[in-house]
Amino acid sequence: MQVYLPIAEMSVNALLIVGMGWVAGVMSGLFGVGGGFLLTPFLIFIGVPPAVAVGTQANQLVAASVSGVLAHWRRGAVDFRMGLVMLAGSGLGSGLGVLLFGVLQRLGQIDLVISLLYVGLLGLVGLSMLAESMVALIRGRPAQLAKRTGRGWLHRLPFQTRFPHSKLYVSALLPLAIGMFGGVMVAVMGIGGGFLLVPAMIYILRMPAALVAGTSLFQIIATTAVVTLLQASVNHTVDVMLAALLLAGGVVGAQIGSRLGARLRGETARALLALLVVAVALGLAGQLITEPADLYSLVTEGPR
Amino acid sequence: MTAARRLTGCGRRLGLALAALALGLLGAGGTLLWSSATTAQALVADLSSHLIAITTGFTGTEVVLFGAVDGPGEVAVVVLGPKARVTVRRKERLAGLWMNRRAVVFEQVPGFYALATSRPLDGLAPEPVLARHGIGLDRLVFNPAGGRAFAPADLAAFREALVRAKLEAGLYAGGDGQVTFLGKRLFRTNLFFPATVATGTYTVSVFLFRDRDVVSAQTTPLIVGKTGVGAELSEFAQRRPVWYGLAAVFGACLIGWGAGTLLGRS
Repeated sequence: MQVYLPIAEMSVNALLIVGMGWVAGVMSGLFGVGGGFLLTPFLIFIGVPPAVAVGTQANQLVAASVSGVLAHWRRGAVDFRMGLVMLAGSGLGSGLGVLLFGVLQRLGQIDLVISLLYVGLLGLVGLSMLAESMVALIRGRPAQLAKRTGRGWLHRLPFQTRFPHSKLYVSALLPLAIGMFGGVMVAVMGIGGGFLLVPAMIYILRMPAALVAGTSLFQIIATTAVVTLLQASVNHTVDVMLAALLLAGGVVGAQIGSRLGARLRGETARALLALLVVAVALGLAGQLITEPADLYSLVTEGPR
Repeated sequence: MTAARRLTGCGRRLGLALAALALGLLGAGGTLLWSSATTAQALVADLSSHLIAITTGFTGTEVVLFGAVDGPGEVAVVVLGPKARVTVRRKERLAGLWMNRRAVVFEQVPGFYALATSRPLDGLAPEPVLARHGIGLDRLVFNPAGGRAFAPADLAAFREALVRAKLEAGLYAGGDGQVTFLGKRLFRTNLFFPATVATGTYTVSVFLFRDRDVVSAQTTPLIVGKTGVGAELSEFAQRRPVWYGLAAVFGACLIGWGAGTLLGRS
């Protein structure tokens, strides 16, 4: 069934998009990541303009994160104070990101930057996650994180703030910087960035693991909402028809994913996710170093 | 039997065409933009539809052009889409990575170009005549923007890449279209528009050739526009971008909340 996307100005197979949303939904239920890192490259691959793919992803992530955060909220697993500080940073970061996106697009380097960021970040996170989960699988128990006892320079920065819910006393600059990084990613790469925020919150902020998922989701909702608004008003690149199709599949997929996830051991799930992440990174790296079939590409400006 | 049926089919089609022609001539002001000075009625042509409506289920469409000539001759039909500035980039290898390096910006590139003729181009008219009327893909002139100087060979390579991409997308068609004559006076051709067709005002020009020269021409507009839900969404997004963004966020929150509460309990 073909559906015409009014903002992307193209006709797509609705079932294909719903199916892809479903896959991303299963991933989010199974692994607790949004699946944006699969969806954005896929949308670009089927011909959706990169700007529309990224803008629409932000919109789709608002809904996916809202439905995800509710469960954490009911359990009281959201540190709102921490989330709000990160949010201040991500507001700044997403503004910067939207501007950066526009500049890179004019320079014709947006595809390259998106690909490089994906390869670098996915490769790094995927490999470290793979190593960690492999060790855990072989030993048959979770790997012990090497806990540093001393407080490094990162933790001696000014603006020391108390976060009672997380039982932390750290510089407010840290969550601010992490949030800012997250904001840039949503705007430039069209991903929520949960797979980067979560390790950063555990290893840099040293937040309690139970609060991390809920707090990062809370932060992602706000960031993606801001980015949706910015992309819609500055770049006109949010296609609600496309977002609705992705969500239709995503909602069903998330439920199936979380049921599957309940039967899967944590290490096994992480190892599978790590393999997938590394595979996507390798695929994108391959595209960057092999000669493309067509060296030329077209961009039509303004009213097409 | 089948021949008879085909005949009646033909007759009906002719009748329709003639009726439409009569109507077209009555309200000709809008459609007949200009005619050659020789004879006003040497050539008349019209489209089965002057509006292509892009609906939610739009997958491309076909428009029939039909017309009549007052005597023997050959016919060429040129469809031109709205013009836009197009940037063509070429990837080159730098430090092992393939990235966009050089770019040529072409001004006034038609978003759509289709040509249909009643006989192969080379037999139709000499080169200067074809060039003057922009008949044939090779005769479209693309000017690089900014007045920058490019080596002719380079420019030709970028131009060729542009045309190739448009051909692959089905947005350019260079002469594989056929104008067929039904009898000696009436002709028709089918014009195909793919799903990626741009919105705007198109011009459909019909040329009548005699003795290897254009003796009559007519230009008819064709509007491509979005209708229905898609049109309203895209107009909303353009006119009230902030409200569109707010609505998109609000809708997403609502869907997320609904999904979270419904599925969270089960």
